[in-house]
Amino acid sequence: MGRVTRRQFLRSTGAAVASVALGDRLVDWAFAQEAPVTVGAVYPLTGALARIGAAIRNAIELAVDIVNSPYPDLNLPLARTAGLPRLGGRRLRVVWGDTRGDPATGRAEADRLVEREGAVALIGSYQSAVTATASLAAEARGIPFLNPESSSPRLTERGFKWFFRTGPHDITFTRIMFDMVEDLKRRGARISRVAILAEDSEFGATAAGVAKGFAQSRGYTVTAMELYTSPPSSLTAELLRIRASNPDFVIGANYLVDAVLITRTLKEMRWFPQGFMVHAGFTTVPDYLNAVGRDGYYFLARAPWALGIARRKPLVARVNELYRRKHGADMDEVAARAFTGMLTLADAINRAGSTAPAAIQKALRETNLPGAQLIMPWQGIQFDEKGQNRHATGVMVQILDGEYKVVWPFDVAEAELVWPAPPWDRR
Amino acid sequence: MTELVWQAAVSGVVLGLVYALVALGLSLIWGVMDVVNLAHAEYLMLAMYATYWLWALGRVDPALAVPVVVPVFFGLGWLTYQALVRRIVRAPLAAQIFATFGLLFVLRYGAFAAFGPNVYGVWRPGEGTVPVLGVPVAASKVTAGLVSLAAFGLLAAFLRYTKTGKALQAAAQNREVALALGIPVDRMYALSWGLGIATAALAGVFLIPFYQVSPTIGDAFLLLAFASVVLGGFGRVDGALVGGLCIGLLENLLGTLVSPTFKFLFVFAAFVAMLLVRPQGLLGDVGR
Repeated sequence: MGRVTRRQFLRSTGAAVASVALGDRLVDWAFAQEAPVTVGAVYPLTGALARIGAAIRNAIELAVDIVNSPYPDLNLPLARTAGLPRLGGRRLRVVWGDTRGDPATGRAEADRLVEREGAVALIGSYQSAVTATASLAAEARGIPFLNPESSSPRLTERGFKWFFRTGPHDITFTRIMFDMVEDLKRRGARISRVAILAEDSEFGATAAGVAKGFAQSRGYTVTAMELYTSPPSSLTAELLRIRASNPDFVIGANYLVDAVLITRTLKEMRWFPQGFMVHAGFTTVPDYLNAVGRDGYYFLARAPWALGIARRKPLVARVNELYRRKHGADMDEVAARAFTGMLTLADAINRAGSTAPAAIQKALRETNLPGAQLIMPWQGIQFDEKGQNRHATGVMVQILDGEYKVVWPFDVAEAELVWPAPPWDRR
Repeated sequence: MTELVWQAAVSGVVLGLVYALVALGLSLIWGVMDVVNLAHAEYLMLAMYATYWLWALGRVDPALAVPVVVPVFFGLGWLTYQALVRRIVRAPLAAQIFATFGLLFVLRYGAFAAFGPNVYGVWRPGEGTVPVLGVPVAASKVTAGLVSLAAFGLLAAFLRYTKTGKALQAAAQNREVALALGIPVDRMYALSWGLGIATAALAGVFLIPFYQVSPTIGDAFLLLAFASVVLGGFGRVDGALVGGLCIGLLENLLGTLVSPTFKFLFVFAAFVAMLLVRPQGLLGDVGR
């Protein structure tokens, strides 16, 4: 074995270091042109929720296409450019993990996407229970997790450092009911008394508690709070009592079966409050109106999003048009939230200028997207210290002429809110 | 306040009549052959679907569906007896419970498979209210209440005045003696199933104009039907009527006056008290 002189040593190691450094830079440069930035999407793609998973997938793929291809006339984050400008124009790529709607599978898929597919950030997972476990995998590994559409308030109360939620949660949904009433009072309506009617399992009882809390903190009198077991055989006692307590409006957290009975009992009693607001989704409309017909008009419901806001927000119509051309159907509220979440994550990765998780996390914390660049009825996106978008809100819709119409916030409304609802004999 | 109490009482009576009609068939089958049919409310659910589909597809008004739906369900009850219940009439109680509980699952999840989890209801725009003792009550509910009374009257007359009715009672009272007298006990049992399920179907037909149907809707009525039978008394058809009325009144009056959240607490507290103090029920005979 020959002796290595100092000069030889310096020369060889110098060359090695230089070549490694140069090679890295070369690789970096090459990657900027070639390798896309990988984001892992963890969603229920098969199983009972597959239909919703498919809508989310369509929405996320549209968002990725908007990032990767130039859309010069769309006022959305990263639409005008091709790829991620601060990363040398690298493209965005989504790899999919199928949760099958199961929390344990969700976590395993999140792990797989980071470990084997090289995901630098994760997005997911629709159901609150699955989001909870999948984001646990991200938190343990120090990978940012963006959640666009889970509504359990607890998700952002866990003290996680890597978890961000763009969409509203269940408490927000109750807040918008009271915000709408505040707006009505500013217009001169006299409203001070509220009654609550809810089914008594997790969904209804929780919503009733939140509604009571809001009512009390905002100075309303809670005239009655009635819980029942669903399916009820009768709601006459509940509604007689609520009517006797003389509320200005009623907040309901009810299943569809209950909603039909409530409507019929109110009609039988010939009574309707100024407003009746319910926690209920859009999907129930045809069923509900089939069962109650015109008697179901004037009920108000909260919703995270509605295509109806397109009338006042042309950007929504443009994006929906692209979506429909690509996927053959209109966007629904889940798709709209997933789309917005993906663009928010892409915007953060771009501003991070790096694929290092810590840099993306920092960029997410500094997110400040204006409402004008969103298809949501929000003021914008800015995360609070818990990772919750402080501007996330929803819309209030009212059943008018057999359809849900957006009636609040007033600046995105497509129809005039009917308040107070007309009495039964004038319908 | 008086008005509120009055309104609660009147709608409680109407509601009680509906509960009684649902309980009637349960009471009959229970009384005749001592078999508790846990699937009773599932037949109610199926009859509601049948009436709904006749209305939705054929525009048949629910009241006009009676001559179709009720005989079909009579046949269904008869068939259920022949196919399943006949094998467990003299089996241990646990076997009877498992058999009818299994039947409940088959019917319920069959409905899920056939109709999906959606909720259906019949909507008639002209539907009005009728003043009953000064209280407005939905016309369809009043109809259901009257039908309930008529069903109880007819069944009582059938049992008391017809030969078949008397044979049915004999089979209920003592199987062996009835057999010795030449009464076809097996056919009597089948008849009681046919009649029992037919009255459940009758309840379904008249429920659908003011109540909605989904595969799990039986849950809303099954326990109340049991309570009606036990409160009113076994072995007497009018027991279910008295029991149903008691429950409707208790539920509505105490629910409205005290708290609706606890309305079934009151009902089932009365149920337990009845079991402790008078286990044979309000009208029941001690001998049975």
